[in-house]
Amino acid sequence: MHPITTVHYMVLSAALLLIGTVGVLTRRNIVVVLMSIELILNAVNINLVAFSRAFGADHVHGQVFAIFVIADAVAETAVALGILIALFRNKETVQADEIDLLKW
Amino acid sequence: MLIDTVFFYIFAAMTLGGGIFTITRRNAVHSAISLIVSLLGVAGLYLLQKAEFLFAVQIILYVGGIMLLFLFVIMLVNLDRAAKEREFSGQWPVALAAVAGVAAVAGWFLYHGRSAFHIAAPAYGAIAAGGAGNTERVADSLFQDYLLPFEIASVLLLVAVVGSVIMAKKRI
Repeated sequence: MHPITTVHYMVLSAALLLIGTVGVLTRRNIVVVLMSIELILNAVNINLVAFSRAFGADHVHGQVFAIFVIADAVAETAVALGILIALFRNKETVQADEIDLLKW
Repeated sequence: MLIDTVFFYIFAAMTLGGGIFTITRRNAVHSAISLIVSLLGVAGLYLLQKAEFLFAVQIILYVGGIMLLFLFVIMLVNLDRAAKEREFSGQWPVALAAVAGVAAVAGWFLYHGRSAFHIAAPAYGAIAAGGAGNTERVADSLFQDYLLPFEIASVLLLVAVVGSVIMAKKRI
């Protein structure tokens, strides 16, 4: 078997990104859409860590960047779920296409 | 070397399989559990790449923190009605076609540019000189090179905490 190279990680990351994009674009349930966004952010993190590794064992800048991405993901999830609860209280729905207050 | 390859494919299967189950399950709780499997697979990939600190952060923060938040919200909002309705929105053929196009472009680039990515052959099993561990090196980099972004990130987290509390309050 071939040793695992950076390209393997990039292919995996691209596949995970596409799975997450399909989830964001096709699912109606907002909770699952937010989970798909987590998948996309994890795909980005895999790429960052793989490149950090490819530059050498002492290179940790990609890992530090991945930590910032995780911090952003936490902030985004907390605010998004807060918005979701406020929305559910007003509209009684969690389906993305039923929230059309700005549509006429 | 061989065991690395085997573990890579195991963790990759966990990551992709969990991701596919996440976006296809009708029940949101099943989606959340599949997402946990996927995130654990990503954590395993971090460990394979000698990013031990990120491995711990991934398990504690994602699997322990964010997934708990998701499960709480799934229990707070009533998803019974949503589980009985259509699962996918009406735009799914267009969305799948667009994603297939992006996949074709990404695959083409990865296939033709694969030789460009061997920046340096990763030294498997090599321990960094000086004996500093991964966590030490991440901390040095985070608090020396990236101190200002670190402070900005802490302000961002404060804003997120205040914002989510205000959003979830009944009346402000």
